[in-house]
Amino acid sequence: MSTQNMVLNVADVSKSFGGLKALSDVDLQIEEGTVHAIIGPNGAGKSTLLNVCIGRITPDTGHVIFDGEVLDSHQPHEINQLGVSRVFQTPEIFADLSLLDNVMIPAFARRDGAFRFNAIQAVSGQADIREEAEAVLRDVGLHEQRHALAGSLSRGDKRRLEMGMCLIQRPKLLLLDEPTAGMSRHDTNMTIDLLKRLKQRGMTKVIIEHDMHVVFSLADRISVLAQGRIIAEGSPEEVRADPKVKEAYLGESEQ
Amino acid sequence: MFANLSRNDWLLFLGFSLVVLISPWTLTPFGAGYPALLQKFCIFGIFALGFNILFGLTGYLSFGHAAFLGVGSYAAVWSFKLFTMNVVPSVIFGIAAAGLFAVVIGFISLRRSGIYFSILTLAFAQMSYNLAYSVLTPITNGETGLQLTLNDPRIIDNAFAAPGAGLPQTNLFGIDMSGYPGFYFCAGALIICFFLTMRIFRSPFGMMLRAIKSNQNRMRYTGFNTKPYLLTAFVISGMYAGLAGSLMAATDPLAGAERMQWTASGEVVLMTILGGVGTLVGPVLGAGVIKYFENIFSSFNEGTLHATFAFLPDGLETVAVKLAGLFVGDGWHLTLGVIFMLIVIFLPGGIMEGIARLAKLAGVKRKSSRAELSAGSAQPAE
Repeated sequence: MSTQNMVLNVADVSKSFGGLKALSDVDLQIEEGTVHAIIGPNGAGKSTLLNVCIGRITPDTGHVIFDGEVLDSHQPHEINQLGVSRVFQTPEIFADLSLLDNVMIPAFARRDGAFRFNAIQAVSGQADIREEAEAVLRDVGLHEQRHALAGSLSRGDKRRLEMGMCLIQRPKLLLLDEPTAGMSRHDTNMTIDLLKRLKQRGMTKVIIEHDMHVVFSLADRISVLAQGRIIAEGSPEEVRADPKVKEAYLGESEQ
Repeated sequence: MFANLSRNDWLLFLGFSLVVLISPWTLTPFGAGYPALLQKFCIFGIFALGFNILFGLTGYLSFGHAAFLGVGSYAAVWSFKLFTMNVVPSVIFGIAAAGLFAVVIGFISLRRSGIYFSILTLAFAQMSYNLAYSVLTPITNGETGLQLTLNDPRIIDNAFAAPGAGLPQTNLFGIDMSGYPGFYFCAGALIICFFLTMRIFRSPFGMMLRAIKSNQNRMRYTGFNTKPYLLTAFVISGMYAGLAGSLMAATDPLAGAERMQWTASGEVVLMTILGGVGTLVGPVLGAGVIKYFENIFSSFNEGTLHATFAFLPDGLETVAVKLAGLFVGDGWHLTLGVIFMLIVIFLPGGIMEGIARLAKLAGVKRKSSRAELSAGSAQPAE
């Protein structure tokens, strides 16, 4: 792998919370256009790693480099404007607004940047953004409920809505934190289908997931995190065959 | 600027303007049809409209908005003293001074959210209030309040005409601002403010403010810098308050520090909640209701109460007068408290929620009666 087509480069990142070492010397390269899964037992540091990538947590040592830019002192909104979007473990949506508004708002962020005082135009006059939002809602299968309040959705639907909110930004890198946790089998399969369709569009994705069915049906590469360290990395087949991984993680979950 | 308003919005705007403009006639039967009170409705309506842009859209509860009202008043009176008795420059000065003040207070207070933000704004307002009484006496004239005097420079007015005897009147290019012209000036300002507020509510900017209220975290991770959005909303609402303050001075050219006291800040919170937080018309209604009741109830005295309860036997009359006396005159705040509690408990969405519920009830009735009708006409056909 050459370094040119690396979208995200996590270089020697460590992070401690009090005495707990959440991440120690984590090195991770994400290649453009791939789906890269990060798996590992609970408390392995997966969510911390994603939080470092979006600027929610500043690492103690090391750097995160996205698209050639060192993210050390960037604010969350700046990192998003560079092209990183994230789906959270518990859906972060605008519960008091309609689904359509939920999806239109990120489209404004992409078009108008981090701040624009636009009190002259009316939202109803933004036909282009509205059409795009409706298309995305169709994509995630929520178009029929578009006038409902986002807070009234089921958990699975909320997560799909959040995915739509990220997709409309056309990010260079999409981070997904357990996108199918707590979903029914049916919803999980719908999500897998959606992510597969996105894969064809060539969006780079990093996905944290517990559900091995999801991981193996989507991932091009897998990194295994345990106790804050990356203990294995490779293609799904390689990782599946790795004895260390079996011991730390897969052995338990596949019995 | 006028494009993109939906037909319903135009109807709402025209309806609102009409109601405001004909209020001298419609409110006369209720004992409110005189300019001094009608002006108050408009001025506090503007104050509440602006407050609602901050509180209703972003959810940031400021407890110090009266400071901007006071600054607007002082700036307006200084404009009368130094330049001209024309109200237009005074209003511009009032808005500008309050806006600048809001930039400073907002910049600092918006570093925190929730209750800490409220406390910071409250602290700033109380600081301004106390400064106006003490250190800033040269500007505010302390306890006496800032007033016009005979030897004010008034450079613009005096350049064109020799000063007459006695204190001059505020005017709008020659139209005296006392009585109904004063009311119509305030009404015009209220209508313009309502229009601007409606534009903000319907704009992408307003949408972003609502989104910040709903989930500020998501806004940050969606690429928005929420600080400037909040600061802009804060400054806009401060400017509305400044306008309200300068209109107070325009209709009665004096300014006192008591306009900045925390009770005045609390009052605008009550008005907004009473009318309906986050609704367009609600805050204006809330302001009108509170000012109306203040006027009616506080004017009752023992004499009028005795007259009201004269039909009761003597012993009962005394008891009734004593009881009712608690709620009127100086005790009218007790009435306000009771109304406020009832509204918050039974109608958390304020008067506007009440209206919406009534409209829904009426709609259901109409629908069911129509259904009955169609059912009735279907039966014979069978």
